[in-house]
This record gives sequence, structure tokens and C-alpha cells, in this order.
Amino acid sequence: MSESSRTAVVTGIGVVAPTGIGNDAHWQSVLAGKTGIGRISRFDPSSYPVRLAGEVPGFEEHDAVPYRLIPQTDRWTHFALGAADAALADAGVDPTRLPEYEMAVVTASSSGGTEFGQHEMERLYLNDPSWVSAYQSVAWFYAATTGQISIRHGMRGPCGVLCTEQAGGLDVLGDARRLIRAGSQLVVSGGTDASLCPYGLTAQLSTGHLSNSDDASRGYLPFDAEASGYLPGEGGAILTVQDAATADPDRSYGSIIGYAAGFDPPPGSARPPALGRTIEHALADAGKQPSEVDVVFADGSAVAEQDLAEAQAISAVFGPGGVPVTVPKALTGRLYGGGAALDVATALMSLRDGVVPHTVGTCRLAPGCDIDLVLDQPRYRPLRTAVVVARGHGGFTSALVLERP
Amino acid sequence: MSTFTLDDLRALMRDVMWLDEPAELDGDMSDTAFPELGYDSLAVLELAVHLQRVHGVTISENAVMESTTPRELVALVNAHFTEAGV
Repeated sequence: MSESSRTAVVTGIGVVAPTGIGNDAHWQSVLAGKTGIGRISRFDPSSYPVRLAGEVPGFEEHDAVPYRLIPQTDRWTHFALGAADAALADAGVDPTRLPEYEMAVVTASSSGGTEFGQHEMERLYLNDPSWVSAYQSVAWFYAATTGQISIRHGMRGPCGVLCTEQAGGLDVLGDARRLIRAGSQLVVSGGTDASLCPYGLTAQLSTGHLSNSDDASRGYLPFDAEASGYLPGEGGAILTVQDAATADPDRSYGSIIGYAAGFDPPPGSARPPALGRTIEHALADAGKQPSEVDVVFADGSAVAEQDLAEAQAISAVFGPGGVPVTVPKALTGRLYGGGAALDVATALMSLRDGVVPHTVGTCRLAPGCDIDLVLDQPRYRPLRTAVVVARGHGGFTSALVLERP
Repeated sequence: MSTFTLDDLRALMRDVMWLDEPAELDGDMSDTAFPELGYDSLAVLELAVHLQRVHGVTISENAVMESTTPRELVALVNAHFTEAGV
């Protein structure tokens, strides 16, 4: 690990989520347990096995995206451009006043410009190649969001994208901390996702893990005895990460003090999943004992065997029922490239206000899940240290440790 | 014989790019370089795509991208029509 003494702090957050556009709207929904999940409206889902999702309500790309860029970018990038503007404003940062090569951008992406690509493929199949937009080449690829944020704000430092599905949001924040230690003053990070289109949903169906429920209140039940898979969602969060030494101390939500990433062994292996070790490595990186952690924001896929493995890993590290656990993504669905970033945003608000949000919908823990899952209502208590866990399809496993200022 | 005019190109340019100031394309911009009009290399490539689709003009992307101004691109298209005997 780097010996750098620089501390990476989160100074700005911009949320675009099914729970609301804007940090306050999202947080109020979370505290009220108000779900953002409903019947898919972006297309007619009646012939699909999945009919529920978390959709961002009332997003107007004309407000969030420079007019010229709208036909050149996918909805996932539209979300991120809007959220990035909000995060920079929240941080009180004016990019025109910072050295251009010391501002970096690293975002998470899961499927890239899915809806844009679907429309271009339709134009290809229905017509011929001359109907395919040249902008497809820059709208679909995973780094499009990073590129557009970089260009828009003149951020010429290290830029990149990480594609680890639901774990991406933690991996980019771990990378943001690395970049701060390596000399960047500001890193625009986090991620968004927007794959609620026929092509996007069909691709996700192949995991076999999505819920077929038609009841929005019972469709995604992390750690519940009746868990039957998860629901998809769109949106995410963009966060600004700065060097604590040059950041405005009044703007700090908290420090990124620990990070680790692992990868599960192949199916059928006798080796255990990577999660327990990954959490331990993140805590060691943070210099924290499990007893010093006040809350764990779990991944909570509501896929029975994954829930059990995650609960066992958490219990192994913290002791059975040893730490409050919560899964606010039950209100939004899994946001893939945006999911873990939104979890970090929620965790930072949780630390700020001293309250653990409850996990909505879950009412009876599955056998073997010996965790203190916060249910029914938010739990108010002073909080200092949070661990956020994320698992990406295929075996990606990450953990991030946050500490309030 | 078909001719391709600056107005034809203007119409394509409006389709290809959503300009903040559409009036930038009015008036005499025929010798203004594409980048100054807000058309980067990708936008010029998209013009080539639209030329193919709307006017049936098949010119190599490389040739299109060598046109630095609207006047040059209009001349390129008309030269193509002449060669093709259209």
C-alpha cells in the first residue's frame, strides 16, 4: 500500500436515483422507506418475465445535459453529467480554477450506452449500415461518461473507467483515493446506469437472478426467507473526492480510509467466496478493528445462496449480529454501474445524520442469516465508521471503509 | 445532372448536430472550417453517413474527412456526381 500521507475525502455528492433526483430527495425517501420501484414504464414489460424496476422519476435531459450532446450520448451519460454538475456544486468546486492536469475522472460502468446502442442496432436491422449514427462509436462504450465529464469540465488528469458490475462504484472510489495519493487534487468519481430498455433487460435476464414479482412491495427482499431475486434499477451517484489538505473542511462528508477488492473462485470450487477476506483486508487497510465499525451497507442481492454467503461472511468478520446491517437498495433496485456509488452516498448521509436507514420489505430473515438487519424504521445512533460492501456479477467483490470527519 | 448545393449541405448539417445557436449556419459559412462551426471529426463522419442515406452518395470516409470547409465538401459531392455520370 502507498505510504502517501494524503487523505482522500468526499466533498460533493450528486444523486440521480429512483428515490429522487438530488441528495435531499433521495435521503428523505430512504428515511421514509418510500420505494422508487414500480412497474416498468420506459417500455411495455408485459411480455417479459420481469415487470418491476426502479426508474428515475422526471429526469429532464435538457436540464442536465448541454443541448448539443443530447443526441451524441446515452441516458446513462445524461444521468452522470447531471449528477456531476450537482456534485461539483455541492463541493463548492469550480473546475476552471484548478490545474487541469490535477483533475481526474474515473467512473464505473456496467453495460455502457445500452439504450443508444439498441436504437442504432434497430436502425441497422431495419435498414442498412448508412442508418447507423457515427455517434454510436462514442455513445456506447464504457468510458463515454468519463470522457464527456472530462471534456465538459476540462479535467485532463488521469481518467478511466472500471467495469466490475455492481462492485464498480466501490472500485472507482478506491481508485480515486489512489489518484489523490498520486497527486490529483480532485477526482470526479462514482457511476450511473441506465439499461431499462428491452435489450438491457433481456441481457440481464440471462443471470437468472431477477425477480418475477408483480408486487412492488415484495419484489426485492434482501436476506428475507422469501427472497426471490433482485430487481433492476437505473441511476446512481457521482461523488467528488479531494485531497483533505486542499479541500474545504466544511464540505467533507467523510474520508475513504480503507478499500479492498477480491474475486470469487469459480463455481464448484471448494474455496469460499472472497467476501470475508475482502472485508478483512479493507479493515486492515483502514487500520480498524471490526468492533470499531458502526454500520455495514450490505450488497443484499436477495438471491438465497448469495444472501447466505454474505451473511456468513459478515458474521465471520463482525460476529453474529455484531454490527447493524442495512440494504437501502431495496428501494431502488440494483443499479449495476451506479449501485455501489449510490450506496456510498447513502452511507455518507447516514454518517452525517447519525442514523442507519432500515431495509424496506424484508420481514423475516432467512435461516442462517445471523445478522442484525435494521428493519421497520431507521435506527438513530451516533455513527463514525461505515463499511460498504458490493458484489458484481461474475465474482467481483469489493469493500470500502468510510469515516466521518 | 444532379447538383448538390450549399443549402443541401446546410440541411444535412442541421440534422447531424443540435446546435446551441442554429443561426450559426445561416449566412456565408462556406469557407469556415468545420471545427469552427462546431463540427468535429465525428460530426463530419456523420455527415458522410447522411450523404449516403439521404442523397445516395457513396464517398469514402477518408475523402469526406479531408474536406475542411462546407465549400470543399459540396465540391467533393458534385465531383462524385460528375464521375458517376449522375
